[in-house]
Amino acid sequence: MTLLSTRGLSKSFAGLQAVSGVDLDLRQGEVRALIGPNGAGKTTLVGMICGRITPTSGQVMFDGREITRLPAHKRMLMGMAYTFQITSVFTGLSVAENVTLAARRRVPHSGLSDAVTTALRRVGLSEHVEQEAGDLSYGHQRLLEIAMGLVQGPRLLILDEPTQGLTEAEVDRFKALIRELAGETTILLIEHNMSVVMETADRVTVLNFGEVLAEGTPDEVRANAEVQAAYLGGD
Amino acid sequence: MTATGKILLLHGGLLCVLFALQFVLPAYHHGNLARIMVLASYAVGYNILFGYTGLLSLGHALFFGAGMYGMGLSIQHLGFSPAPALLAGLIAGVAVSTIIGLLALRTVGVAFMIVTLMFAQAGYLTVLYFVDWTRGDEGFVIQQAQRILWGIDLSDPSNRYFAALLLFSISLLISLWLVRRPFGKTLVAIRENEERVRMLGYDIQAHKLGAVVISGTIAAVSGAVYGLLFGYVGASFTAVPHSILPLLYVLLGGTGTVLGPFVGTVFMFYLIDLSSGITTAHMLIAGVVLVAVTLFAPQGLVGELRRRLWRWLP
Ligand SMILES: Nc1ncnc2c1ncn2[C@@H]1O[C@H](COP(=O)(O)OP(=O)(O)OP(=O)(O)O)[C@@H](O)[C@H]1O
Ligand SMILES: [Mg+2]
Repeated sequence: MTLLSTRGLSKSFAGLQAVSGVDLDLRQGEVRALIGPNGAGKTTLVGMICGRITPTSGQVMFDGREITRLPAHKRMLMGMAYTFQITSVFTGLSVAENVTLAARRRVPHSGLSDAVTTALRRVGLSEHVEQEAGDLSYGHQRLLEIAMGLVQGPRLLILDEPTQGLTEAEVDRFKALIRELAGETTILLIEHNMSVVMETADRVTVLNFGEVLAEGTPDEVRANAEVQAAYLGGD
Repeated sequence: MTATGKILLLHGGLLCVLFALQFVLPAYHHGNLARIMVLASYAVGYNILFGYTGLLSLGHALFFGAGMYGMGLSIQHLGFSPAPALLAGLIAGVAVSTIIGLLALRTVGVAFMIVTLMFAQAGYLTVLYFVDWTRGDEGFVIQQAQRILWGIDLSDPSNRYFAALLLFSISLLISLWLVRRPFGKTLVAIRENEERVRMLGYDIQAHKLGAVVISGTIAAVSGAVYGLLFGYVGASFTAVPHSILPLLYVLLGGTGTVLGPFVGTVFMFYLIDLSSGITTAHMLIAGVVLVAVTLFAPQGLVGELRRRLWRWLP
């Protein structure tokens, strides 16, 4: 079953075509990586999917419903969760309060504290529960951002460069987490770290200058000459 | 002691001190403090929108005025007794703040400030325009006989003090309760990062509207009580300076602190009072002190206290 699709999704910013005519289909439960060079339009594309950015043209369908005009908060209530590329946790609140805030719209009151504890354990922040989020290291703030997505128990989890700034051990833990979620949660993962893409994604979409350059399994994409020229060549 | 324990002790302690003060204060300060507590309630309401939600309104005098005139006009023209008149003031506050909220929240940032200012100015002009009803600029007095609430004469200084304390206690406790509730925490989160909160599935507009209505209604009830306790309803209470007042109180006391509005009101009230005893250029002295406070305690007095000593202050 298809959980998310886009048709002809495009966005231009004052003449700059950031995303053009993207068709995407995500199967329920799949892990999809979205890769592409800096400025390829990845953040803009997922921004249109989750309602932060209004498309210039095109459509977004989620769970069999057209949601192109639906306000962002309602999409979240339908089961999307979004984590920001630029870390934006609430620095004045404790780690637990951050996750509680994220959970409150989706988790019944009685299960709130369990859900928070579980999400923090899964990302490995159990020891920092009471700490103020602003005092966390950058990597830990990234993990907190992920926990805030996880705790919502989303059907579609959109992660924008979650592993940026993580240590190698934390990246390994993140890979394991994605593999754990795979199958139940549909994941759209923007990622620059190729080892994460290769080890976690079911399929990969390559974006270049706002257009889909290639799509396939990690191995197919890695073997694609155009992709290598546009993107992987430099790595 | 837990943070909650300390919070209850501090705020409860303040209310007890205020209660006790009425027996020891000389008449002059006794009267001042009654006035301060009503104005501080107004500032508490303002702080919910400005301090906790991060929305700067320049038109809160409209809400204060809605309550004051809702109360005053219903006494003057409908012959209401104080209790239903206060209720009329409250209802006027809810209605006006809901309408203004729905309209003004279509804008953000500077536009929000301008729009609230414009609405308040329109309110002020309305009061002046319907001079037959409101007596315009001159305003009208509420007679002692009209100020007897359940047999209690509100023009009597100690009754007045007690009523002011009651209003202030209620506003303070609402504010304290609110910021510890999920709704209040969400408001703070909206102030910190609105986009992030939206992407967690919260309806930002609905939360902001709630904040405007709560804030406006507390301001309106303060206006109604002010008119009733001091026996006068006048257009100056709906004019621009009266919208700036709670902003100054809150900035001085500490934005987004429960106690800040009270501390700011006391400070500002006595600053003007004392400096006008020294020189006729009292606003000059007041201005210099205000600049000094903003320079050396940019987070306000209570904000500074929280930053330096008591991190647990709500
Ligand atoms: N709000 C905006 N206004 C104008 N231009 C924008 C805006 N947001 C993005 N752009 C431009 O659109 C293009 C795509 O940006 P986007 O952030 O989607 O890229 P990205 O693939 O996420 O890049 P990165 O890997 O650096 O995060 C870039 O050229 C960017 O400068
Ligand atoms: Mg990006």
